[in-house]
Amino acid sequence: MIKNISNLGDAALYCDFGKEVNIEINTNVIKYFKNIKEKNIPEITNITPSYNKLIISFDLNKTNYSNLKKLIERIDIKNVKENPSNQINIPVCCEDKFSLDIKRLKEKSGLSEDKILEKFFNKKYFCYMTGFIAGMPFVGDLDQEIRVKRLDTPRVKVPKGAVAITEQFANIYTFESPGGWNIIGNTPLKIFDNTKEIEPNLINPGDIITFKQITIEEYKSFNE
Amino acid sequence: MNKNYFELIRPGINTTFQDEGRKNLYHIGITFSGAMDKRNYLIANKLVGNNLNAPVVEFAYQGPLLKYTGNEINFVITGDVSFIIRSKGKEIDGNCYEVYKLKNNDEVDILSTNKSIYGYFNISGEFKLESKWNSYSINTKAKIGPNNGNKFEKNQKIFISKIFSDLNKKKIEYINTKIENIRVIKGTNFDYFSEEGKKTFFGKDFTVSKLSDRMGMRLEGPKIENIVDTNIKSEGLIKGVIQVPPDGNPIIMLSDHGSIGGYPKIGTVISADYDKLVQLSSGSKIKFKEINLSDAETLFKLYEMETQNLLSQI
Repeated sequence: MIKNISNLGDAALYCDFGKEVNIEINTNVIKYFKNIKEKNIPEITNITPSYNKLIISFDLNKTNYSNLKKLIERIDIKNVKENPSNQINIPVCCEDKFSLDIKRLKEKSGLSEDKILEKFFNKKYFCYMTGFIAGMPFVGDLDQEIRVKRLDTPRVKVPKGAVAITEQFANIYTFESPGGWNIIGNTPLKIFDNTKEIEPNLINPGDIITFKQITIEEYKSFNE
Repeated sequence: MNKNYFELIRPGINTTFQDEGRKNLYHIGITFSGAMDKRNYLIANKLVGNNLNAPVVEFAYQGPLLKYTGNEINFVITGDVSFIIRSKGKEIDGNCYEVYKLKNNDEVDILSTNKSIYGYFNISGEFKLESKWNSYSINTKAKIGPNNGNKFEKNQKIFISKIFSDLNKKKIEYINTKIENIRVIKGTNFDYFSEEGKKTFFGKDFTVSKLSDRMGMRLEGPKIENIVDTNIKSEGLIKGVIQVPPDGNPIIMLSDHGSIGGYPKIGTVISADYDKLVQLSSGSKIKFKEINLSDAETLFKLYEMETQNLLSQI
């Protein structure tokens, strides 16, 4: 199911699962990721799944590209047990002070604010990957009518908890960071818990995500 | 408890703790971090008799001015660094790769790195630190690691939990050499660039920009022309990957880079050249040279042998 394995530099395998971004391809990526991770192969220093690629970095003192490639090619994915994915509900407040790009979204989509929110909240999403910044989930797919491009000039600071959309995906800023996505609201839920030694991230690849709209009062009292 | 400590009279520009780095967390967006120049990090541990994977103080350009309070302690500085030891009114010019003793009220003034960026300060003993996800490395952008993930500020204290006192004063001779030719393996999106763009990449001079840090090294020079797409579907990154964003100026991913990225990868710096690459200060000129995988593996083996030889002399 890996279409091709090549080398990324001298200390990583680049596993290509295809050009497209869809749930089927991504589910394969995640299966391989979980399977390889469970094996705890000591030579491997990182496994990074994304939409349609899997990058496996290794310690060049312990192995090399061709040896690790053989090992990965021998993995029989058919025997992998299907891990049940978690279903996670994310409360989102879309008050003016949080939905920083609602005006842009209205202009680009030609829809009213109500219509945009209706399309955003009325859908189940799939988590394709987490990363870029610690714990940030990339979920999809958005309704065709609310797919817009990145901002022309990225923000220097996107507030923590911002829920933002671009093209077919939504993401959540787990802490304040630069970013160029269209901000639709903000969640009071802790998506990444720095204090946890184990599983600091709430959302993992393969999880099913729903968003629920909350009022400013609910937002304020959420962490009380 | 806590009777042995350093006070940072001057914090230095980017003073953090670093070790081997944080493994197996890219998939949730936590980057590798760790000492930028691994060879100098390892030597800093070996010279003072610490475990090779122990955390050390890393500084960039200008180091801290440290005032010591406590029992006699050995310390060492590695890299290409100018520093002074002040003891009872006397000043000594320090040499890198030589272990010195510090007494109560002595000062170590780490003035600057010489035409390089990173240097390392270490003690014979253990710093009092808490690990985060099995590493003591501080990632200041993501606020991860000891000191709440922050670089050290003026007047902060670094406490010492253990002093190894029965050590001989050791030293080695080592000179940090510079490189101008960075060896690179062609990237997974090499064909996104025009023939002219490829020629520009492998052949023309690039200059290290001031906007470089532990996350990435930005380069300035002739633009590299993309003829396919200036974006790819976001995918994993590793240390040493060279991405070319729409403006045509390459960026090399360094130890604190984001875990995924969406710009085409024109190449990856070979592992053997990484320690020397990170030491290139802003304004340095570099050239990229193409190399194949098997030569890169051989060069890494040679580089590692050289490192092990250095360590075995200690």
